[in-house]
Amino acid sequence: MTSHDGYGDRWLDREAGPVVRPYALTKGRTLPSGEAAFGLIDVVIATNARPSELFRPGPEHRRILSLCRRPTPIVDLTSEIDLPLGVVRVLLGDLTSEGMLRVLSTQKQPVTDQRLLRMVLDGLESL
Amino acid sequence: MDSNPFDGTLSSAGAGTSVPSTAKILISGGFGVGKTTLVGVISEIRPLRTEEPMSDRSLAIDDTRGVSAKTTTTVAMDFGRISLPSQLVLYLFGTPGQERFWFMWDELAIGAIGAVVLADTRRVADCFASIDYFERSGMPFIIAVNCFDGAPRFQPDDIRIALSLGPEVPIVLCDARQRDSVKQVLVSLVRYVMSGSRRTNQISIG
Repeated sequence: MTSHDGYGDRWLDREAGPVVRPYALTKGRTLPSGEAAFGLIDVVIATNARPSELFRPGPEHRRILSLCRRPTPIVDLTSEIDLPLGVVRVLLGDLTSEGMLRVLSTQKQPVTDQRLLRMVLDGLESL
Repeated sequence: MDSNPFDGTLSSAGAGTSVPSTAKILISGGFGVGKTTLVGVISEIRPLRTEEPMSDRSLAIDDTRGVSAKTTTTVAMDFGRISLPSQLVLYLFGTPGQERFWFMWDELAIGAIGAVVLADTRRVADCFASIDYFERSGMPFIIAVNCFDGAPRFQPDDIRIALSLGPEVPIVLCDARQRDSVKQVLVSLVRYVMSGSRRTNQISIG
């Protein structure tokens, strides 16, 4: 592989893990359906709702639902199931479209929530 | 254990399980300045796989290679996770240093409280790109000078001049290997953000 000049070799190919297989899980889709943005530290939870008859959850959908029985930040979920973030987002989009998953909190920019900032400050000082 | 407090409509969401609050801080700076050390000394390190979008530039190259070219698009990165009291989780994300990963910065910046720009007095210019990015995006940041053994020590005011920073940006000296020192850096950032957001509310900059 000499064609990577100018790209740096450190995160590529085998070292970075397979991508073709994960995107096969999404049937080639690279963008999630629906409106939800799925930010890294947004929190999601499984709802226990039944999907429509047309939707057949795959093993990865079921794994996500099982990990999200409790409210779970998307970054922790992604790290846990070891799939690329983009793939996880597509799967999350499927589940929220079916009402099987819900986004509980989303992040805004800039962060001006004094209560949250105070909690972070107090938490850090207690370390 | 298996009883789930949520029904299909989620009308009872939160009844039995409290929702964690989440916050994140970016750790930025040049290559080899100690970002990984800083994150590792205070948090649990977890892996994250993400991917490089097919930008115009990469499309031009990758198109002809077909599907197999996709193997060049995953990026492996780490993040830090700190569990704090009151169901609060603070995440530390190091910003990737290489130019080709700039797209990740926007992703990481969304919802971040602010950023710590780590600086090394032997290679001050290495953190210019970070400072530019945060100034442009309006993300509050502080400078943490990582005091390497043997590196020249400067007064914060000299560093401020070298980095052409405004008087409002805090500059703290730290040792990225020391947990208490890193804790103080993060505390400084949060205090700065708290004072800044009050200011912004009062002036209401459009």
